[in-house]
Amino acid sequence: MDAITGAWQWLGTAANWAGEKGVWHRLGEHLWLSGLCLLLSCLIALPLALWLGHIGKGGTLAVNVSNVGRAVPTFAVLVLLTLSPLGKHGDWPTIIALVLFAVPPLLTNVYLGIREADRDVVEAARGMGMSGPQLLRRVEIPLAYPLIMTGLRSAAVQVVATATLAALAGGGGLGRIITAGFGNYDTAQVVAGAVLVALLALVVEGALVLLDRACDPMRGRRRGQRKRGRGPVEELPPAAAPTRDVSTGQPT
Amino acid sequence: MAQGGGPGCLERNDWICGEYLRTRSQELLDATLQHVGITVVSVLLGLLVAFPLALLARHRRGVAGPVLGLTTVLYTVPSLAMFALLTPVFGVSPSVVVTGLVLYSLTILVRNILAGLDGVPAEVREAARGMGYGSARLLFEVELPLALPALVAGVRIATVSTVAMTTIGSVVGYGGLGNLIASGMEGFFKAEVLTASVLCVLLALVADLLLLGLQRLLTPWTRPRSGGRRVRRGAAVAKAVG
Repeated sequence: MDAITGAWQWLGTAANWAGEKGVWHRLGEHLWLSGLCLLLSCLIALPLALWLGHIGKGGTLAVNVSNVGRAVPTFAVLVLLTLSPLGKHGDWPTIIALVLFAVPPLLTNVYLGIREADRDVVEAARGMGMSGPQLLRRVEIPLAYPLIMTGLRSAAVQVVATATLAALAGGGGLGRIITAGFGNYDTAQVVAGAVLVALLALVVEGALVLLDRACDPMRGRRRGQRKRGRGPVEELPPAAAPTRDVSTGQPT
Repeated sequence: MAQGGGPGCLERNDWICGEYLRTRSQELLDATLQHVGITVVSVLLGLLVAFPLALLARHRRGVAGPVLGLTTVLYTVPSLAMFALLTPVFGVSPSVVVTGLVLYSLTILVRNILAGLDGVPAEVREAARGMGYGSARLLFEVELPLALPALVAGVRIATVSTVAMTTIGSVVGYGGLGNLIASGMEGFFKAEVLTASVLCVLLALVADLLLLGLQRLLTPWTRPRSGGRRVRRGAAVAKAVG
């Protein structure tokens, strides 16, 4: 496997890490883009999903938006936006595409989380005289926490993956190392870039799993007694009827 | 070339262009066929690999964790990186794209097959055993048919994502309609990009509907029957018990 030794050498060469096309610069671009877009997606999807879940309307939309998102190729959207008048404004096509693909998993998971919160508990809280906002903050959100975090995780991984694709449409980010490698038939660089991208995605996923555990409002209280109804849904589609599957968008 | 007055839509570089469809129909057809071919082969191979994996995970609970964990990790790797990592292994060939897509489809397929088999009611299994079904016959004649809805749900999700992800295969030149999107981007050719993108989404939707139809064909017992018979059966039971 000379590709691996080649990639290792590439990664070990200081020149490849420095400068405009170096790893550090690309990593910075990647993280900046991903962070910004994740923030924007949360700002759009979270309030909407919490509100829809709270009033119990718009379920079809919230659930099906993920299914539609899976059918649309990210690459196509990126290129279409790049060729549109927006393409003249630097990173905007990438940012819009990233947000478009991060919103569906967030929306679906958060909405379902709020809807799946134990109705008896919600009714009891209402009976104790909690107002709508109180109910949401103290009962529904804590109960929906596992699914909210699942949505965040899948959105984050989605964003990191999509930021990689930005390179195909001439944007920045770590993907550029891969596309540049393909461009000048440098297999070592292609593999090195791929390793960096894969590592970043796994690190983001792992960091969010840890964050999930650290912030869990029910920490240590869930063990041994499963919630009634569906437990926290794994971040990949459990076999559900296709109309009700909770899942990540497509990996990109 | 424009006929008559004014430049044609190809020259104006419109997003929607009938002239493009007429003049490049062969190119579009070839790309679509490549796209369909890559998708079909990937999903079928994915099923072939996922099925034994799911059975293994089911019978040896110790295997289940690692199998599900590994497929989830694979799912996290962005597709561009996945194809890039497979390029040194297979060279620049369709195998790169197909292998990557198979690895992605495993996650969903294994989970859904497992969930479908777990959903088979225990009493059904007991009854079949009591009737003398061996474990192989039980699996193929009782459990699998009952797990079909969950399995097909998984295949639908996997197929739709595979259609979309095939476009990234253009990075090694085997991306079906993705190749047209990439070349359209380089040449700033709007009609080519839009047409290929729309075809891609249509392909995903058609595949989804076809699979839904297939499921309905294969599982006639899930469809609600006419109410009359059920009532009659109920009456008969009532009489027998009565």
